[in-house]
Formats: sequence, structure tokens, C-alpha cells
Amino acid sequence: MTSPSPAPGLRSSQNETTDLATHFPGMISPDIRTGYSGWMVDKNNLVVFASELHDQLGYDYLSSVTAVDYLPEEKMEVVYHVYKTTGGPGITFKVQVPRADEVEIPSLVQIYPGAELQEREAWDLFGIKFTDHPDLRRILMWEGFAGHPMRKDWHEAYFEEEGKPLKSRWPEGHAVMAESKNIYGDNITYPEGFNPESQTFDPEKALYDALKLYSKDDIGLGTDHIIVNMGPQHPSTHGVFRIAVMLDGEKIVNLKPVMGYLHRNHEKIGERNTFIMNMPYTDRLDYLSSMSNNFGYALAVEKLMNIKPTERAEYLRVTMAEMTRISSHLMAIGALLNDLGAYFTPMLYALEERELILDIFEAVAGSRMMCNYFRFGGVARDLPEGTFQKIKNLFFERLPRKIDEIDRFLSENEIIRSRGIGQGILTAEDAIRYSAAGPLLRASGIPYDVRRAEPYSIYDRFEFDVAVRQNGDIYDRLMVRFEEIRQSIRIVQQAIKQIPDGPVTTMKPMYQVRVPPGESYGRVEGPKGELGFYLISNGKPNPWRYHVRAPSFINLTAFGPMCVGQKVADVVAVLGSIDIVLGEVDR
Amino acid sequence: MDSNEMNTPGYEIPPEMQGQVAITSLDKIYNWGRSASVWPMMFGLACCAIEMICAAASRYDIARFGMEVMRPSPRQSDLMIISGTVTKKMIPVIVRLYNQMPEPKYVLAMGACASGGGPFKEGYNVVSGVDKFVPVDVYVPGCPPTPQALLNGLMKIQEKIRGESIKNSRWYQKGADMAEIPVPMLGPDLIDPRKITIIHNIKKA
Amino acid sequence: MNDMYGKGIIKGLGVSLKRFFETYLDDLTWLGKRYRTDEGIAHRASKNARGIFTVQYPEEKIPVPEEFRFLPFLVYDESTNDEIILRCTSCGICAKVCPPQCIWIIRSSDPATGRPIPDPAEFYIDTDICMNCGLCAEFCPFDAIKMDHDYELASFRRNVYNKGRLSKPAKYYQGIRPINAGHEDAARATKAAARMGQSE
Repeated sequence: MTSPSPAPGLRSSQNETTDLATHFPGMISPDIRTGYSGWMVDKNNLVVFASELHDQLGYDYLSSVTAVDYLPEEKMEVVYHVYKTTGGPGITFKVQVPRADEVEIPSLVQIYPGAELQEREAWDLFGIKFTDHPDLRRILMWEGFAGHPMRKDWHEAYFEEEGKPLKSRWPEGHAVMAESKNIYGDNITYPEGFNPESQTFDPEKALYDALKLYSKDDIGLGTDHIIVNMGPQHPSTHGVFRIAVMLDGEKIVNLKPVMGYLHRNHEKIGERNTFIMNMPYTDRLDYLSSMSNNFGYALAVEKLMNIKPTERAEYLRVTMAEMTRISSHLMAIGALLNDLGAYFTPMLYALEERELILDIFEAVAGSRMMCNYFRFGGVARDLPEGTFQKIKNLFFERLPRKIDEIDRFLSENEIIRSRGIGQGILTAEDAIRYSAAGPLLRASGIPYDVRRAEPYSIYDRFEFDVAVRQNGDIYDRLMVRFEEIRQSIRIVQQAIKQIPDGPVTTMKPMYQVRVPPGESYGRVEGPKGELGFYLISNGKPNPWRYHVRAPSFINLTAFGPMCVGQKVADVVAVLGSIDIVLGEVDR
Repeated sequence: MDSNEMNTPGYEIPPEMQGQVAITSLDKIYNWGRSASVWPMMFGLACCAIEMICAAASRYDIARFGMEVMRPSPRQSDLMIISGTVTKKMIPVIVRLYNQMPEPKYVLAMGACASGGGPFKEGYNVVSGVDKFVPVDVYVPGCPPTPQALLNGLMKIQEKIRGESIKNSRWYQKGADMAEIPVPMLGPDLIDPRKITIIHNIKKA
Repeated sequence: MNDMYGKGIIKGLGVSLKRFFETYLDDLTWLGKRYRTDEGIAHRASKNARGIFTVQYPEEKIPVPEEFRFLPFLVYDESTNDEIILRCTSCGICAKVCPPQCIWIIRSSDPATGRPIPDPAEFYIDTDICMNCGLCAEFCPFDAIKMDHDYELASFRRNVYNKGRLSKPAKYYQGIRPINAGHEDAARATKAAARMGQSE
């Protein structure tokens, strides 16, 4: 599969364009808006087109499904990005329907089961109904919430203006708490005719009904299934995440994840922010690997603006991204072992190394976790005195030795082997169908890594291997993470040797950047998987649509099927091996 | 020890009330025991939780203060460290957990999000500060506060505990138990049961 | 399993035991000067750290690097008769670039003519909204607002800081960020010299 210098944005190479148009005569048409690319498909042809794409043309990996609200043109649009697992650029196709209160589009869950959670999100936030979806319920907000928040005409309780900067802050900026401007004194609005005393709605009923759909009583004895809730406050759920399990004794019959307990309205706030203001907010998505998030966002905006960073900035970006991959994997290994029962000792060993990496982030970017280091056209500032020597010491002398020590400590331990080998298996076909990404995909045998499949930045100059294992169980996911840490150390060693001198940014620092209209999808290989940023700009200082393709969220589609048939005690270990971060799952 | 040395200065102790002196120094021992072994509840919501875990890890050891026993169960903990953004979907759970904690209980709001909504204050799913529902004792600003800042906040809680007195403590008075905070409900938007009459009046007007 | 069952566990225990011995051996070689000294703290944060890794706050504090950012503060120069001259001209760029919009500025105006003066009448920052991103300090054209290093700010109440609470002298700023302050002072001196050269 050859891919010449990767084409920017989503423009497929010339052969693909003509091939698709001849392959589907009359069904699709190219998207001709300025700055846009991809294909427009009619709603009635959508299922046929998608199944042809999947079966005949080999586009078997659905990366992202998202919705856009075009209020001025009275249209709602759903955007799909598909890729081949053999690598290369992908295809974008869109469905446009007139905007109404109830919008209906056929669901693609039968062809690409990985679309399940993403279509539920589009229903929750935009009000788009997907016919034939197996379980269309709200996912991030609770059942009974009034309205669909991401629509452009839905205003939140503290709404002041459509876009920042707000006029109330300067020059007459009287410091008024936002609560005092709301009639209820709080961040609340109620719809017309609402009577608080007649509140009888039960938000849990829909969840438990969905769980019961799959219960079968084929034993003959009069048994009953129990529903148990794990979380949201539970020492092992990696944050506020709730799992509703239906049990037959100790075996799991059905499992449904419930999320939204940390839904912080990242996308709605992103539409109100200007482009540079969004950079610190991306730090807080996957808060363990902030440099990767910054990287993805900077790539997406630079594609729109059509600028390239300087050489030194590229090397600094790669170094920081790989260091954050190591720190995130260390935390994941520590947390997985915490879940397996080794109460805190391996976590202490892993966190010690992570602290040394965070010291370097603090010296370079200013903060241990929320780095806010990347800017459009380069990075914010150069390395201070002495930091380069510290990075050299860490990567040539200390880290390789310490990773081997942790590996020796853990990988031959009998308890980890017996709890990990053969449990929580995800087969290769299932991994592709459920749109799994990152170490979850690679531990099941599919060598798909965005740094190799569609290289971005300067990754094509470095020699590194993609870590793959074949069985797809918990032990393999742990070993894949160790191997990825070693490969990251290798990349940083090469980057440090090759880094040139020079300026670190191409542009003068401007706090209001001019971004031409268009759309772009910038994706990077984050530690948890493929992290993508879908941006639509209409020339104004604020983006029109800002969507994050979160790997942890989509990896959870595979969580239910992986656990059915296992015992309850293994659910915690499987969740630890998927390695979710709630900031990303809920955004 | 001479009974004059044990007296707190400023107290006029008539001879028949010598028992009063015992209460004053009992305060010190009682508070010393409580402040040197505060058991936090393991309650990490978001990014600040990672800094809390780092504070419990080997570099900024929280065990030196006696707090390494992080209990996941609210029935066995003294201090609830609310670390991270409090969303409307999560606040009924937080209030229920706060009600389940036994007296004496303290709350530390860690980070900008728990203190006052933080950078996400304008969101439709974010509660502007957990002190709208639960009484907070110490606020630690920062986004996220470094582990050293969190340890500073914990030292302030210890200072507060040491300043309390058995004579004024609520949990030993007769019949003055803190009433349970009513759990908020999730309807078209968050409904605080303490404010139902206010909402009714506003809706009528 | 051909090997003895439990060999992996014993290997793991061996790693922990090695660390235990290293701690006490290092205590002996440092002859008691390992704790509460600056060299001891620096050693425990370097690549040679072995054995115990703890830095005992509050008696030992890890020195923060120069770029560290916590809450912002306003810089003022002191004139010859100890007057406080804030560098801020209330241009409003920091309020416009702040992502959660937590800065409120009231620009003062000349009481006689009503035209605006480059001086803030009031300057509020709500620290319960501030996300410590540093964009205000990065884009200020007058070096007037900078990020502080002080993190010991826990309090019993919520905090909206006003102009008085936020102002700190330029000497303090040079103390915490010597390299940056050096660059900025040199740049301002050359600009002032160029302006003097032009006006002559």
C-alpha cells in the first residue's frame, strides 16, 4: 500500500476520486463547498453505499461519526470518516437532511458496529434519530433532560454572547458573578410550564429495560438475574464511570456502560472560544497526555491555515509527544496492577519514573499536567538552560534500565499471568468491527498505528517498530504497553541526536488568528488510540463546529461484548486493560 | 503536673470546678488524635484526582501526615476531597455520599472546578462550585493544584481541626445532629429540593 | 510449570528488597546530610535517585522552575518617592485572550475630559475560574501581568482577587524569573534608547 507524501486534509488521491465516482454512478456527488472535501450521499442510498464501501472496496474501519448543525442553511449533516486497516488516507462522506425537530437518518450499526455509541451521542446532543439502531438512548446527558444541547439555537443558562471575547469584561468590566445574572441564582433553566412538584420521571428505567433485552432463561431451573451497579464511586473505575451488569450468579449475562458523569461541555465551549483559546481546553481532554491532545489540535488548525512549523519545532513536538506517551503508559500499567489487586506498590514504581518526566514538562512548559505548549506554527517557547542535558540523561541512562526493572518485576509474576492470559479476549475481527484503536487494537493482532498508516509531522524520518501481539487478552495489552514504551524511548533517542538549532515558531505571536473557511480532520496516535479533531471554520474568529474523536469513548463499544461470559471479578481487570480516561470519554 | 500549669490562662477556676481544667487539655489530645489521622475518602472525579494520586505516591508522601488510608467507603472516612469538576449528573451521588459519612466530617474543595465551577463554569452540565450543595471547609485554588499545594490545603484542615473544641462540637450536643441534605433530582434540569418554593414563585410570576 | 511455582513472585520481592537496602546504604554515605539540604533534594530529583524518593514537604520544598505558572499577578515599578506605578495600561488584551474569561478590567477615564487614561481603575481576577494557562502573560505587550510561583494559597473562603491583592513589585518578579526579566528589561532599555535617539 503506497502512500506518497500524505495529502493534507481529506482529499483522497486522484485515482480514488475517479474510482468512486464511476463505482457509484448517480448515488454520490463531490462536496463542492470552499475548503471542504469528500462526498455527499443521499439519505436513501446511505446503507447501500456504506455496505458496498465495506465489502467491495475494503474500507473496513469506521473512524468517526459526528453531526453538524448548519442553522443559516436550515440543514443538519452527519459526517462519516472511514479508513482501511491496511493503511493510507481515508474517505469522508456526508448525509444532509433538512433541519427539523425530529430528524431521521438510517443507522449504520449493522455494517459498522463501532458506530453504536457515536450515533447515540448524535441523538443526545443534536436530536438526530437513527432508525434501526438497537438501543437509542441518551448517553452523555440523563433521560428526561430538556432539549438537545449542541444545536445552535439552544442556549445554556449562563449564555451571554455567541462568541468570545465577551464585551462585559472590558472596558467596563464590573466583576459580577455569573450566578447573579440568572433568575434562579444558579446554572439552571427550566422549560415553560414546568411544575417542580410533579416530578415523577425515573431516569433509570430506560437503562434497566435495555439491559433486560438480552436475558435468556434456558437452564430450566427457576433462576433470576440480578442487576448490579458498579460505580460511579468505586475505587477501581478509573474515574466517575458506571457499569450496569446483569448477573447470573457470578457470570455476566449483559453489561452496559453508563457515562456522562464528567460531561463538561467541551464541544459547546469550544464553539464559543476563539482558536487559540481552545488550546488549554484540549489539555483537559485526556489529562494524562496533554501534549498529544495539543498536537492533534495544532495539526487540525494548521491544515486549515496551510502553514508548516519550523524544523526545530517539529523535533520538539515529537520529543514531547513521545514523552507523554511514556508517562501515560506508566500510569496505565500502574492502574491496571492496582485493579488486579497489587495494592499500590507497582503504581509507586511507575509513578516515580513519571515524576521525573513531569519535572521536564514543568521546566519546559510551565505546568506538570496542563502543558498548553503547542502553538499554530510551532511551539510556545524554546527549551531552557540545562533541560536538554536532563532529557539526555533520562533517556540514555535512566529510563531503559528502569523499564527493564519494572518489566522483570511484573511480567513473570504467576498471579498476573494466571489472571491475564486467556481473560477478556477480543478477537481481531471484533476489534476492527467495534472501531477499537490503540493498544487495544494492536494487542489483538492488527498492526494499525496512525504514525505508520498516515504519517504526520516528521514521524517518517524515525526508525521504530509497531508493537503487536496476537492473543488479545489482558496480559497481551500489558505487554504491548511495555513494548510501546521501549519504542518511544528509541524515537526520542533518535530525535535528540538529530535536533537542529533555529527558531521555534513561524508566526509572530498573534492572539487572534485568521483561519480561512473549510473543514479539516487532524488525527494523531495518542497513547490511548487514534485521537482526531474535526474542525469546521467559516472565516470568523470562532470555529463553527469542533468535534473530538475520543479513543477511550469508542473503545468502550467493545467493552460489553468482551465481558459477556466472564466472572464479575474480571470486569475490573478488563476495564483496566482498556485504559480509559474519563476526561476523554465524556469530554 | 501542678494544676496551675495545666490551666489555660484567662480562666477563673473556682475550687469546686477543677474538673473544667481537665476538659481544656482533653481538647488538645482529642484534636491531636483526630488531626494526625484524617482518613480521606477516595473520590477522584477528574484531572485533580491524578494530582491527588501523585500526592499519595512516593514523592509527596501523604502517609507522613497519617492520611494514606484512603477508604473507598464513605462510612469509614473523615474527609471528602472533591477533586475535579462537579457535574449535574454526578451531584446527587456526591450529596448521597456526604450524607452517608459519619460525623465529624470535613470537605476540601480541590481545584478551581470544585471551588467555583472552574473554566467549565459556563457549561450546561456543570455545577458552579460544590458549595452550592455541600458545606466546604477549605478551598485550594489551582488548575490543577500541584501536590505541594494540596498538602498545604490538608495542613490547613489540620489547623482547623486543632482549633475546634469539644464544648462546641455539634455531634456531642443533644438533638443537634446535622440534618441530611436533600438529594437533588434530575428532571429537565437539576432540581434542588430546598428551592422548590422559589422555583414555583418564579414560574408563577 | 517446570520451574518452581512462585519464582516470579520471589524475583519481584527481590527488587523491593534491593531498594530497601539502597536507602540505608545511601544514608550512610551521605553522613546525615541527605535530608533538609538543597543538594539532597536535588539528588533525589535527578537521574541518580535511588532508594528513597520522598521530598518531605513542608520542611523540604522542591524549587519550582522558572517557567512554572500558577495564578497571575500585576507588576508595578516603584518611582523615586515610593509611588506605585502599575505597568498595566488597561488595553484589555489579557481580558480578550483569557479562555474562561475570568479577567474583568474597568478602564479609568480623565475626570475632566472623559477620555480614557491608560490605567486600570479596577482589575478583578476570579481565581475559582482561572485555569492557569498563562495566555494573559504571554500576550501582554507591556510586561504588566505575569504568572506567579506562589502555590500556598489554600483558604477558608472563595476568592475574587482585586487590584490591590494582585499587585507585586518588579523586584519580586526579577527574583522569581531572573532570565525572562533580564531579557525584557534589556528589550525595554533598547526601545527607550531608540526613542530618545529619535526625539533628539
